[in-house]
Amino acid sequence: MPATLHSDSPLVPAVKLTCVTARYEQNVVFDDLCLEIAAGQFAGIVGPTACGKSTLLKIILGIHAVSAGQVELYNYPVNKVRPGTIGYVPQLGSVDWNFPVTVEEVISMGLYTNGRIWPWLSKQERTCIQDLAHRLGVDDCLKSHISDISGGQRQRTFLARALINNPKLLILDEPTSGVDIKTQHEVLHLLSDINRGGITILLTTHDLNAVASHLPWVICFNRGVIAQGRPNTIFTNEILTKTYGGDIVIVKSEGHLLIANSTPLKFIDESP
Amino acid sequence: MEFLLEPIEYEFFRHALLAALMVGASGGLIGVYVVLRGMSYVGHGLSHAAIGGAVIGITLNLNFYAGACAMGLLAAFIINKITKNNKIKLDAAIGIVTTAMFALGVAIVSKMRNFKQNFEAALFGNILGITEQDLIIIGLVALFTLITMFITYRTLLFSTFDNEAARVFGIKTDSVQLLFSLLLTFSVIASLNVIGVTMVAATLIAPAMTARMLTDRFSRMIMYSTIIGAVTGVIGMYLSYIFNVASGTTIVLFSVLVFALSMLVKPLRNFYRSRQY
Repeated sequence: MPATLHSDSPLVPAVKLTCVTARYEQNVVFDDLCLEIAAGQFAGIVGPTACGKSTLLKIILGIHAVSAGQVELYNYPVNKVRPGTIGYVPQLGSVDWNFPVTVEEVISMGLYTNGRIWPWLSKQERTCIQDLAHRLGVDDCLKSHISDISGGQRQRTFLARALINNPKLLILDEPTSGVDIKTQHEVLHLLSDINRGGITILLTTHDLNAVASHLPWVICFNRGVIAQGRPNTIFTNEILTKTYGGDIVIVKSEGHLLIANSTPLKFIDESP
Repeated sequence: MEFLLEPIEYEFFRHALLAALMVGASGGLIGVYVVLRGMSYVGHGLSHAAIGGAVIGITLNLNFYAGACAMGLLAAFIINKITKNNKIKLDAAIGIVTTAMFALGVAIVSKMRNFKQNFEAALFGNILGITEQDLIIIGLVALFTLITMFITYRTLLFSTFDNEAARVFGIKTDSVQLLFSLLLTFSVIASLNVIGVTMVAATLIAPAMTARMLTDRFSRMIMYSTIIGAVTGVIGMYLSYIFNVASGTTIVLFSVLVFALSMLVKPLRNFYRSRQY
């Protein structure tokens, strides 16, 4: 007897794209794309600039219409998914840091889905924000303006906004860009903890080394899926060359993978 | 005290004062979103399109507001259509559409001599011209703006700050933009007789900019801007009476003076703090 797939069953993919074509006017970004991401997965999408990563995210988020094919989240068409099922953290580079909002006001935006019309926060909403902010380590800057906090706190603030509705799927657009290596490490560890709590996470990044050391699943993408799997099996010279179109050096050291460009720039004082 | 009470004895001034209070408060409220959504030039353009419509409306023996409203909404619709495909930017679309509509109004006025006095009042505002009908329209628009802004506070804030994420969270951002354009058009048209076409944009922007200089919190910015808009409207109207200068001009000049003073707040605060330590 075949298993009945319910939306919360681990057998149901969190994301399922079937023969999807995406385009901007006449330009086809990718064609006939099929992709499944298992529920509970913590996956990173890597690929060169303008390879269609952002378009893929927008399609999964339901904010870019597909030209053909189907997009389903937990077995529901993406446009039928209940608001709050997906948590989204945009690229921090796209945020207007001079906008007059405090950390608390940013986090409270996520509570829009409650359907409450009063502009002010209820006692329950305030407690909810306080608890989540405490968990993510931004409770001491709730009243601060968003430009007055550190890069790590900024990332945590937007993460809190995305998590406030207890989403099943969390999508992050380049969460490791524009932050230092320590903050990057902290953010990825925090995401790993969140994933252990049962939330499926999908992110895009340009940082292959961060993916190799922190993420259990990687999707190499360039106008289509080149390969997907665990970083230590996927990050091979052949696959990365196919994805990025250039020679890449992969070094294995003490159980870690280090990925670099094979033709580094030579400085004048290094020349023979 | 007497100079404050004396003008209130006149009915026209009571009308004008009430109109300035309501226009100032609703302009201050909606102005916060106008500034934060980068739509400052839209308010300026819509007022020009509306006056073209008002002139056409009067020519066709229609109500001033009916013509202004029809042309204002038509302008908002055409601008939205032109900019939809991203080939033409918003400022360029506003420039061509609203100026064309304004030019049409001016062309009609220049052909018909009896228009001139009303047209000047519409350009710069006229406290003598506020009728009871104007008051009712201004009151209804201000009330509608206040209620809509209250109900859609969370939606508007989210879509203004981060339109893309707002869509992900289930906000119909296109509908929000349409609703906001409607509110803005109504507010601009309701302000025309008090402020005048050429000054409307400043009364939307100045209170919001002043409020921005005073706070980093959105909820406070909304509150401050509404209060500043109302207060500058009332004081500006008094100054207009005292100095016998067009009401729109005085309100705008006073708003800008308040904004200039608000720019001193931060340096003064820093100076005061440095003296404390």
